[in-house]
Amino acid sequence: MRDASPAKIYALHIGVIALLFALNFILPDYHQGLFARIMALAVFAMGYNLLFGYGGLLSLGHAMFFSAGLYGAGLTVYHLGWGVPEAFVVGIACGALLALVIGLLALRTSGVAFMIVTMMFAQVFYLLILYFAAWTGGDQGLVIQQASRVVAIGGASFDLTDPTVRYMIALALFSIILLVTLATVRSRFGRVLVAIRENEERTKMLGYDTVANKLAAVVASGAICAASGAAYALLFGYVGSSFASIQYSILPLLWVLLGGAATTLGPLIGTLFMYYVTDITSGFTSAYLLIVGVALILLVLFFPKGVLGSIRERWLGWLP
Amino acid sequence: MADKNGFFDLSKTTLSRRTALKGMAAGAGLALAPGFVRYSQAQSSAPIRIGFQSHRTGIGAAYGRWYEKTSAAAVKAINDAGGISGRKVELVIEDDGTDPARGAEVVNKFAKQHKTDIVFGTLFSHVVIGSAPAAGENKIPYFVVSEGHHVASTKLNRYVFQPGITDVKSQIQSMAPWIAANAGKKVTQIFPDFAFGYDHRDYLPPALKAQGGDVIAQIAIPPTESSFTKYFPQIPAETEVIYHVMVGPAVLTFVKELGEFYGSQRPQLFGFIDSLEAVDINSPGLEFLDGSHFWEGSPRYAQPDDSAAQKAYRAAVGIDDNGAAVGDAKDVSTAAHMFGCWETLYVVKKAMEDAGYKGPEDRAKLVEATEALKEFAEGPEHPQGPKTFNGKIHQCFGIQNISKVEGGKLKVVHKTKIEDGLYEPEGDYTTQAL
Repeated sequence: MRDASPAKIYALHIGVIALLFALNFILPDYHQGLFARIMALAVFAMGYNLLFGYGGLLSLGHAMFFSAGLYGAGLTVYHLGWGVPEAFVVGIACGALLALVIGLLALRTSGVAFMIVTMMFAQVFYLLILYFAAWTGGDQGLVIQQASRVVAIGGASFDLTDPTVRYMIALALFSIILLVTLATVRSRFGRVLVAIRENEERTKMLGYDTVANKLAAVVASGAICAASGAAYALLFGYVGSSFASIQYSILPLLWVLLGGAATTLGPLIGTLFMYYVTDITSGFTSAYLLIVGVALILLVLFFPKGVLGSIRERWLGWLP
Repeated sequence: MADKNGFFDLSKTTLSRRTALKGMAAGAGLALAPGFVRYSQAQSSAPIRIGFQSHRTGIGAAYGRWYEKTSAAAVKAINDAGGISGRKVELVIEDDGTDPARGAEVVNKFAKQHKTDIVFGTLFSHVVIGSAPAAGENKIPYFVVSEGHHVASTKLNRYVFQPGITDVKSQIQSMAPWIAANAGKKVTQIFPDFAFGYDHRDYLPPALKAQGGDVIAQIAIPPTESSFTKYFPQIPAETEVIYHVMVGPAVLTFVKELGEFYGSQRPQLFGFIDSLEAVDINSPGLEFLDGSHFWEGSPRYAQPDDSAAQKAYRAAVGIDDNGAAVGDAKDVSTAAHMFGCWETLYVVKKAMEDAGYKGPEDRAKLVEATEALKEFAEGPEHPQGPKTFNGKIHQCFGIQNISKVEGGKLKVVHKTKIEDGLYEPEGDYTTQAL
């Protein structure tokens, strides 16, 4: 990464947030809703990117962190009748706690073994959701009723099912996580993570506690993914086991690879791209996944480091 | 009125009374011209657009294809008979990938982009439950053909209906009297360890107990299992009936291994045809099922006593006497369920006509008109049989078929009564705001 003034970098990110804000007033209804969903899921991708892109740890089990947030928030509202803000916090706490436990165990491995161990834990988590179907709704899932998805702050109340409120909350979460990610990767901790990714032995030799840093990355990543899951449950009103399946562990990997691993804005671009390719092509053919696959192959051929990763490599070396 | 330089000069223009009258007459003539007449009626004669949420890909694809065929046939029949309130019906199809997240997006797409009048046709329960919030938020009526108990549980919302197919709780309850009276009173259940299996696990024991029978063992098999022999020793020796509802590609292995385990000395077998929908009953390995019984919503095979309406329905959808596509004997239909699409579309027609439905602004009226429906008589619109409808729980109740596998075909041996499947409502959607 070539040096660039922090002002330029922050201006770019603020610009993206401002653009997304403006889009709320420009986009047609359907796309406004789709963008809200994309922003909520881009947070998932950003959480994944922190660990995979910057920390170099390839996990195939992040669906469990997303769904820890999803169920943590959803079940608290469904069974305990808690309010939305409290449920959101519970969701994040569930994800962070799970990430801490999984991190402590899985970080005893590395490389392919780490990938397999995380995948196995995610599978256990998925089967637990099915096993405790009496509480989780099993594979059918649960609906969080509209009446429960209202936030009362002071005298005002915000209905999360209102398209604009939902868009703005998704944007707020996305913006916070984007700026937190940006600050993190530019911080000492972020640079240590990159150092671990590039050469763990050398980083250790320099005196850094690589295990502690990796664990911190797993927990931060898990908490961010859980925030995405919690937001998803509360904004869209459905909690289901399909979000804990292997598919949702692979999706953030695809989104990140597509947008550009170790780029702060790559996860948004990857998520946006995948969603729209699916949405548009499914209107023409039932073989849309084939088209998605061809698009991915073309991207790998011409943008091997993802869209933003390749742009950074070729033209804009200062991109974080 | 252009001046000699070719420019308009309004200051020099005078409008005589004669010119004004001529202009008004021309305007009136234009307004009455065929083009304008058509335009002014566009609102009321434009087609009614029905968003069909189809499982074109994913695990529901076999059902999705047949649901589309049946719906297309129903729409053709409705249009040939004059449409709904004189308006043609048009299906707008979107694939949901049998995925609940995509399902919710598809409902949003129908409501906001395609601007369809209603959404219709979903089968898989998790997709229905995942999509229901989107239907409620968009206030767009959502007519599902799922057989899940989710609608009747009143855990969804006021915009979700299931008027064309009975729910699984009602189906299971209807089976109990026949099982206890004809197959045996000591029943062992074998079911997949997920929601579809849990419905059977939870609803059969009380229903059977009420008939003097008893579920003596329940064996849940993990969905990932591919071999079943190790579970069979858990079946108690005194078992008189094995009640099985395994689904998915492992069914053939399950039946084959069960046959190897028992040989010719087997208890009675009772299953739900869901296990073998779109699967040829004469597939190698299924011989063991000969003489066993199955639940069927609508019979796959043509029956000697089929009504004229049933015959017409089968011909319209394009299935032969064996329940396969006309011209392709290997393309076995999902006959036990897909009739629900046909019947649901006729319920939509009736409710829209009752409501005087004009467009999306009348969706609330359509909800109320649907809730007001009570009965659907057997006939061309309801070829599976008569039904009652409970507007409070948005669920219909109807007859069920019990069929015996005989000579490689399914022969209906018993039809239940509507009353067999009735149960106490668990809530009331009509108390929710529209």
